[in-house]
Amino acid sequence: MSKTSLENRSIPVEKFAFVNRDEKLTDTKFVDKPVGYLKDAWIRFCKNKGSIVAAIIIAAILMFAFLTPAFFTRYDLTFMDVYYSKKAPRNIWLRDHLGICDGTVERDFNEKNLILMLGIGVGAEDYEGSGKLSIADGKKSYYQPMREIGDPKEVTGMIGSKDKTIYTCRLDTYLEYGFQYRSIEQSEYSKIREYEEATGIHVLYPLVEDNEWNFDPANANYWYKSKKGTPVKLNKSGKGKEIPYSEDMVLEDNYMRDEEGNPLYYIYTGGGDIDSAQYKVRVLYYNYYRYVNGFEPEYLFGTDSQGYDLMLRLASGIKLSFLVALAVSAINLTIGAIYGAIEGYYGGTTDLVMERISDIINNVPFIVVATLFQLHLAVKVGPIVCLLFAYVTTGWIGMAYRVRTQFYRFKNQEYVMAARTLGASDSRIIWKHIFPNSLGTIITSSVLVIPGVISGESMLSFLGIVKLGNETTTSLGTLLADSSSIWTTYPHLMIFPALVISLLMICFNLFGNGLRDAFNPSLRGVEE
Amino acid sequence: MLKYVIKRIVLMFVTLFIIVTMCFFLIKLLPQEYPQEAAQKEAMMARLEAQGYNKPLIVQYIRYLKNIFTKWDFGTSWKIDKMKPVWQVFTDRFPPTILINLYSMLLATPIGILLGIYAAIKKNKWQDQLISTSVMIFVSVPSYVYGFLVQYYLYFKWDLLPLTVYSLADAGGSWFTWKMFVSMLAPVIALSFGTIAQLCRFTRAELTETLTSDYMLLARTKGLTRSQATARHAMKNAMVPILPMLLGSVVDILAGSFVIEQIFSVPGVGQLYLNSITLLDYDVFMMDTVFYTFIGLAAGIVTDISYGFIDPRIRMGER
Repeated sequence: MSKTSLENRSIPVEKFAFVNRDEKLTDTKFVDKPVGYLKDAWIRFCKNKGSIVAAIIIAAILMFAFLTPAFFTRYDLTFMDVYYSKKAPRNIWLRDHLGICDGTVERDFNEKNLILMLGIGVGAEDYEGSGKLSIADGKKSYYQPMREIGDPKEVTGMIGSKDKTIYTCRLDTYLEYGFQYRSIEQSEYSKIREYEEATGIHVLYPLVEDNEWNFDPANANYWYKSKKGTPVKLNKSGKGKEIPYSEDMVLEDNYMRDEEGNPLYYIYTGGGDIDSAQYKVRVLYYNYYRYVNGFEPEYLFGTDSQGYDLMLRLASGIKLSFLVALAVSAINLTIGAIYGAIEGYYGGTTDLVMERISDIINNVPFIVVATLFQLHLAVKVGPIVCLLFAYVTTGWIGMAYRVRTQFYRFKNQEYVMAARTLGASDSRIIWKHIFPNSLGTIITSSVLVIPGVISGESMLSFLGIVKLGNETTTSLGTLLADSSSIWTTYPHLMIFPALVISLLMICFNLFGNGLRDAFNPSLRGVEE
Repeated sequence: MLKYVIKRIVLMFVTLFIIVTMCFFLIKLLPQEYPQEAAQKEAMMARLEAQGYNKPLIVQYIRYLKNIFTKWDFGTSWKIDKMKPVWQVFTDRFPPTILINLYSMLLATPIGILLGIYAAIKKNKWQDQLISTSVMIFVSVPSYVYGFLVQYYLYFKWDLLPLTVYSLADAGGSWFTWKMFVSMLAPVIALSFGTIAQLCRFTRAELTETLTSDYMLLARTKGLTRSQATARHAMKNAMVPILPMLLGSVVDILAGSFVIEQIFSVPGVGQLYLNSITLLDYDVFMMDTVFYTFIGLAAGIVTDISYGFIDPRIRMGER
């Protein structure tokens, strides 16, 4: 024993004083707020940058899905235009300012078709049939589908056809359709005329004579005189002389004209009184669309195979896939938690029997379950409900297994015994005392269910086992399945849904892993 | 050990039996479609009657089981291959499925494991970060995306491989010709991405765990270099869970991949299943169900049992 402590022993009595004779002695209050389990998890989650980014991306995709119909697109789910189906993304503002989203595709043309396309621009400008505008003038037209013309290439040795010159061009797919014959009522005709006056946009164009120089009377784009598609110039004796393609070539129009030589804009085809008389007219479809809808056709994501706005379809697909996934997650959570709790808490024979049952259900291949539900019930309750059934039949087993494990861990601990001694009922012990321990596991796995359902749904739709698409609803997988045979020509049909699904999958997995690390720090880095 | 194995196998067949029974009744309750043509319909009806398809379901079921056990007869394919026994229709589809999956496994396993080992050794360095991030992406992206990408680059862009798998006749009548092999490469590559990523992730997780364990420290203290210790001690232990998983996926090879077979039009088992649903060829559908259930169960058993063989520390009976 040291010297100091010996000295301390001999303190005189007077030096002692009672510290707190009059006050109560209590624990001091915590200065900070207590950190609960969920708060703790939240703090850990916030430290995980990857998961935060993933959560933000998921939120953005969901915002996109729910806000698109109201804010981002002017179309609604029933709006479709058959002539503008499978069109590439196009946005006029972006095209003019950034040079992207111009709705163009690259395609090879031979000379005849090149002239046909260039002719659309010339025809759109040459409103009166003056016959003065050259191809070069037509190129400047706003309605010129050809945006870039590549250098000519000689292609030789093609099977079944002659050697020919090929131009690889970029063309605006929205203008490519060009002119069209329509049959309209006289009242509409006068309305279009009023519209033309008011806006200065030309919708109606002269009709084309159906004579030997009209190569294809059904195609309104052959407004010029041609012999088998090659433009000709008539000489005095009425014989056509083929003109070679060049920048300066002037196409000779083949318009219908009256006695004074003015072009005809309509012909009466019969029927009705003064309002409902049918007129055959030739319209520039791009401007007809503007007349009908009041805006130019522009779809930021392009249009799908039927002519719906792809952005809107995509949004409704995300919504459907996500809602299905959420429903599955919620139902599985309920069933799995109850089943697992009963299994784990009672143990013994109950556990054995229930485990066998879930084992059997678990071993039925999912694809067979999904198929059987579709074949049996799709007509009665609809494919979406069938898909839900299929997921619910097998999906809860994983959840039940996790809850059961948690129950085995906690049910023999002292605090549970204490609760039982105090007279707590079985259900109280299960739900109040043991179940909260498995909360972290449950939250994590219900989030990780969502990407599984989304990818499963898209796979089943892709394989054609589940058919979710109709006019108003669609799913991500259905969009992909629709594009699977034509995506090489129209890549945007595949790129957007595939991109969204991949993003959703990656982000949900990252987000789920972040949650798992937050709730069970001991499991960090362990992959399932 | 033997007792455990036998117990597992018996249990497997009980489970299989129950599932088959359920599916049989569910499938037989579906409406049957008959051919439009009168002669064909008559032939089909006669055949159906001869096989007892008009009897009550329970009688049909007993007959179905009896045929399987006595004659290995799983019924008749009515639509896909007209009037051929289902077993034959089925086994005809085996070779392409097995070959594609086998090639893919042979390609993916070494790459996946090596990448996983590399990532584990370089843990928390940039190489590991790179591998782990790309693994995360590759695991999450659905398989048809790989299918599309492979088709786009290898066929449309670079024109290296054919668009779809050749039919037997195009490739010289055998599944093993060089031409056939080349045409199978595209689906093989598409299949491999996911497998490589999964294997890599699994290997990395296992190996990092063993690398940080105490016996590694002991091995280093004994005087082994880092690479010696890793190769002799850590690798062996890390392989304990990996090998059973690989064995399980060998069994899974038989089941094939629906999506990849659909995209590359492989005339395999997965496509047969899809055809049997679209054409409502119920006997084939039934056979497929039995087969997939069996494969699933068998893969599980092989995985579990191989644990015991590979690592004697794991006593199977107690698990």
